Amino acid sequence: MPECSLIDRLSARVRRRSFRKRSPSLASTRRCLATAIAATPLAFVGGCDVLRLGVANPAGPVAEAQWHLLLIVGAVLFFVAAPVLILTPIIAWHYRLGKKGNVYRPTWTFSWPLEGLIWIPPTGIVVGLGFVLWHYTIALDPYRPLPSTQPALEVQAVALDWKWLFIYPDQGAAAVNQMAIPVGRPVHVSLTSGTVMQSLLIPQLAGQIYAMAGMTTQLNFAANRPGTFRGQNTQFNGLGFQNQKFEVLAMPPDAFEAWVARARATARPLDPAALDGLMQKSVPPEPILYSSVPPDLFQTFIARTQEPSR
Amino acid sequence: MTEPLWPALLGRFGWQDLPFVRAWADPSLSEIIGAGAGALVVVGGLAVVVLITWLGRWGYLWREWFTSLDHKRIGILYVVIAFTMLSRALVEAVLMRMQQAAAINAPGFIAPDHFAQLFTTHGSIMIFFMAMPFLTGAINYVMPLQIGARDVAFPLLNAVSLWLTAGAAGLMMVSLVIGRFSTGGWTGYPPYTELAFSPDVGPDYWIWAVTLGSIGTTLSGLNFAVTIYKLRCPGMTLMRMPMFVWTSLCTSILMIFAMPPLTVATALLALDRYLGFHFFTNDLGGNMMNYANLIWLFGHPEVYILILPAFGVYSEVIATFSSKELYGYTSLVIATMAIAVLSFTVWVHHFFTMGQSANINAVFGIATMTIGLPTGVKIYDWIWTMFRGRVRFSVSMLYSLAFMMTFVLGGLTGIILAFPPLDYLVHNTLFLVAHFHNMLIPGLLYGMLAGYHYWFPKAFGFRLDEKWGRISFGCWVVGFYLAFMPLYVLGAGGMTRRSQAVFEPAFRPWLYVAGVGALVLLSALASLFVQLLVSIRNREANRVPVGDPWNAGGLEWSIAAPPPEYNFAVIPTVNDRDPFHGDKADGDPYAPPKRYEAIAMPANSMTGPALGGLGAVTAFGLVWHMWWLAGFGLAAGIATIVARSFVRDLHRTIPAAEVARIDRHWRRDIRKAKPVGRAVEGTRANRGLAEVEA
Amino acid sequence: MSATEGAHPGLNIAHPHAQAQEETETALFGFWVFLMSDAVIFALLFATYGVMLPATVGGPTPATVYEIGPAFLETLILLTSSFTFGLASIAMKHDAPRRRILGWMGATLVLGLAFLALEVRDFMTMFAQGAIPMRSGYLSSFFALVPLHGLHVAAGCLWLVVMMAQVVVFGLDGRVRINTLRLGLFWHFLDIIWIALFSVVYLQGLIR
Repeated sequence: MPECSLIDRLSARVRRRSFRKRSPSLASTRRCLATAIAATPLAFVGGCDVLRLGVANPAGPVAEAQWHLLLIVGAVLFFVAAPVLILTPIIAWHYRLGKKGNVYRPTWTFSWPLEGLIWIPPTGIVVGLGFVLWHYTIALDPYRPLPSTQPALEVQAVALDWKWLFIYPDQGAAAVNQMAIPVGRPVHVSLTSGTVMQSLLIPQLAGQIYAMAGMTTQLNFAANRPGTFRGQNTQFNGLGFQNQKFEVLAMPPDAFEAWVARARATARPLDPAALDGLMQKSVPPEPILYSSVPPDLFQTFIARTQEPSR
Repeated sequence: MTEPLWPALLGRFGWQDLPFVRAWADPSLSEIIGAGAGALVVVGGLAVVVLITWLGRWGYLWREWFTSLDHKRIGILYVVIAFTMLSRALVEAVLMRMQQAAAINAPGFIAPDHFAQLFTTHGSIMIFFMAMPFLTGAINYVMPLQIGARDVAFPLLNAVSLWLTAGAAGLMMVSLVIGRFSTGGWTGYPPYTELAFSPDVGPDYWIWAVTLGSIGTTLSGLNFAVTIYKLRCPGMTLMRMPMFVWTSLCTSILMIFAMPPLTVATALLALDRYLGFHFFTNDLGGNMMNYANLIWLFGHPEVYILILPAFGVYSEVIATFSSKELYGYTSLVIATMAIAVLSFTVWVHHFFTMGQSANINAVFGIATMTIGLPTGVKIYDWIWTMFRGRVRFSVSMLYSLAFMMTFVLGGLTGIILAFPPLDYLVHNTLFLVAHFHNMLIPGLLYGMLAGYHYWFPKAFGFRLDEKWGRISFGCWVVGFYLAFMPLYVLGAGGMTRRSQAVFEPAFRPWLYVAGVGALVLLSALASLFVQLLVSIRNREANRVPVGDPWNAGGLEWSIAAPPPEYNFAVIPTVNDRDPFHGDKADGDPYAPPKRYEAIAMPANSMTGPALGGLGAVTAFGLVWHMWWLAGFGLAAGIATIVARSFVRDLHRTIPAAEVARIDRHWRRDIRKAKPVGRAVEGTRANRGLAEVEA
Repeated sequence: MSATEGAHPGLNIAHPHAQAQEETETALFGFWVFLMSDAVIFALLFATYGVMLPATVGGPTPATVYEIGPAFLETLILLTSSFTFGLASIAMKHDAPRRRILGWMGATLVLGLAFLALEVRDFMTMFAQGAIPMRSGYLSSFFALVPLHGLHVAAGCLWLVVMMAQVVVFGLDGRVRINTLRLGLFWHFLDIIWIALFSVVYLQGLIR
């Protein structure tokens, strides 16, 4: 296929670019450090690559905020768990039967100070975490547009068995199993499903959201560095589920324009015949680009559900 | 799908529905494993039947066990079901882990369809047919003894619950041999499980097995709650009840109110599939979000149905093996009730990612964190119970300690998942799988195993082998950490749950470690069975006929091991929280009663097995669209209930002389036994008579 | 011990000793708990109905298919049947002649069957208008909720027949009394559910 070699070249270029662009900015140094700390124990088994694929290696503002939140919560929880992890073995071993000279108080069953200690500080921690949770939940609401001077790129994602269709309504193009986005510009995805419920997750860019037939959900995110990121459906939907992965190509704006132009030049419209092909259960071996889409295709998908099933 | 044979008689059954035929037509390893599992069920079932016939034990089993209404017998049968189903579901888990380790950029040896059935049956069995029967069995056996009752409030209903559960478990086994199981996961989310996407019999097997089981569980919950409210012995006020009874009460209340949502969810799904309704379909106004709410309105309280009884076991075990009274009883009662109430307020956290407003997610996230509070209080109460005690590291105690350390880690990741923005990232990944196994293995399985080791001597009159118990314990703990800690990492790396194949080479080392962990867990189960065999072989040396092998304080320890059918020759009167400790401190724990009276016990009934069997037959008929069979099962079931209501001779009276004879025989054992101190309780000197410590 | 000491708060079950009294209380308490569990099922179906009410998908709507007249008549019949069952209970309490007890039970049974007949007629009318459960989510939820109550009434009728047979065979022995009390609870419970049904389903459906 001609365009898949193009994609390969393109993604290779993107990878080179991302490599070049990794200048030692403060944020990325901190990120690398945090990753390194988290990964140290894992390095022994030579499997630390796994973290680079997921939440510990964010490539956009949303995922970055989520990673920071994880570090905050993790730090707090460390102090919550530590007393139990320390006290349990120490007390059990210290007061073992047969150790001489221990105090033994079989009928000691209550102490107000201890009760205060086990109820009040944890309550304080939960209240504190509650504020953190409220703040971040509102701030990281997937429906909330990202602050930016540029208008968000509109993408409409349709979950199919076992592939994703991404429609670019403003560009009049579409792609299966490939989502190209310009770096630095917010992306607003509207999701629905042409089949069972699915869930769209791009771990390095944003959290997941369900796609359900007859309904629209939304997801806002952005990439702040070029790269190829793995996206996937995480909700089991049949025998091709494990193959339902796609690639997100975060690229500089001009490269994105070139990608759109390339899609439009494929002379492969998403006509009814092509659509029928997509509705079949299958795993496309390669991403497919479409040169045009019928207007309101996304709304057509939503409306389908009101009719009797075919 | 293949052509059905004789549709009127056999519904939609065809030869292709037999795994043996499928394996013959397509001899791939995946199909052969399927056929092997089916063969194992058939051969295993036949072997059991032949063995019982050869030993001539059918009459005994029928009279003493299957038709018995004795809560102790019913409890033991529940635990037998739990162990049987645990064996199957654990093997399935090992197969899945092996497949994932083998299928990194390779097809592996299990086909996607087979893999999907494996994770569905694994989850469904572990929740509905391992965990639920295990805890129901434990409550059944222990709770009436602890409150000084002779049986539960409704003994016949108890048997009906048991046999409905057994029938449902049987249906799960039949699905291995005839047809196939659902691929929709243990929660059976539509629209995937709707006719449009899963036209086969699988989801129907799931629907009816779960429905039968949930009806049985609702009735069990009702039975236990009424028993605890109404049948406590004189002096047993609510605040004198043992902690296990408190947690049983909370679990029962949760069962009464949380199982109906499950029944409604499965029933509505069945209406969709059988009659073309549109509750959860994609078309004509169906809405699967209703299903998500219904199933989790059940599903979240269910988590606490599973965990609370284990909390009760730990409260008993830690106090006993620390030679102390339980610290912070009132705190624990309040915490238990708080957990039970809060468990109904957090169900939305199972679908933070469904697109509701951020405010709703935040409210449910905070509610979820709040549950951590009473749970944390409980852990500290157990730590303070050990404080200034004399801790013995028996097998039960080891499980309790492992639980406390491990459960805290699960709680930590639970708080992480309670943050909606973090849940967005790791929902539906192996992180979530690691989290709930991290809660349920220590929070349920360890608890049940601690209880199994703790009360086994009471139930059968001899202690379990300590050495094999420790080996098994070590395997359960090491296996758990090996199998599930890597899943956290994989989940954080974005690996989805329920993946039949993997395309990231970076996952490889973690999947290998997890695979090894699964094998260690399997050897843990094998060690448990070895332990049982070894213990039965050495039973004479480990007998504890007097009945108090651990120097414990509950009423259940004040009677013989195993207890007589009527539990208490004379209903005890209590005036203390640990009544048996009080009696021992007073110096005369085994005072003989002044006079014996005749005792009326419920007579055996075949209603339970009949209803369980007919329930399973009805369900089987519905699964295969054999309408005549379903109709027959339903009609016969109703007829059985009506016929039973005409039976008037419901009791069997045990004459006073017989009670006196049994009681005096036990008292002879007491006189013969030498009191033992705690340092030697693990030796054969322990005949169940405890030395009272100064 | 006198008969009054062993009296149930509501009904004299005529057990002379305390143990039987306790057993009766346990039995009835258990049945209350069962009813509460059953109430959860109805509550969830009511909630489902409420959620799916807008999902008419261009098909029949409540305003077009409900007939308030027959529904009101069904309400009257069911409430009257509760009254007749109450009279049967009172007859049992005062150890009235068996014929009178059977008479009131029979009246309840006839009213129950009349209710069922009218309800089935309602459903037939709806079917004739194309209002079948397969048409829309709204109709699905209607046909899960209302017929489930009908099924309960049918089960209650079967139970009534069984109880009448047992009154004939055994007279008013302890178990017959306990089970009649349980049936009474069940029957009144169905009344309460029907009142909710009438209000939430039929009256709300009048709002056009």
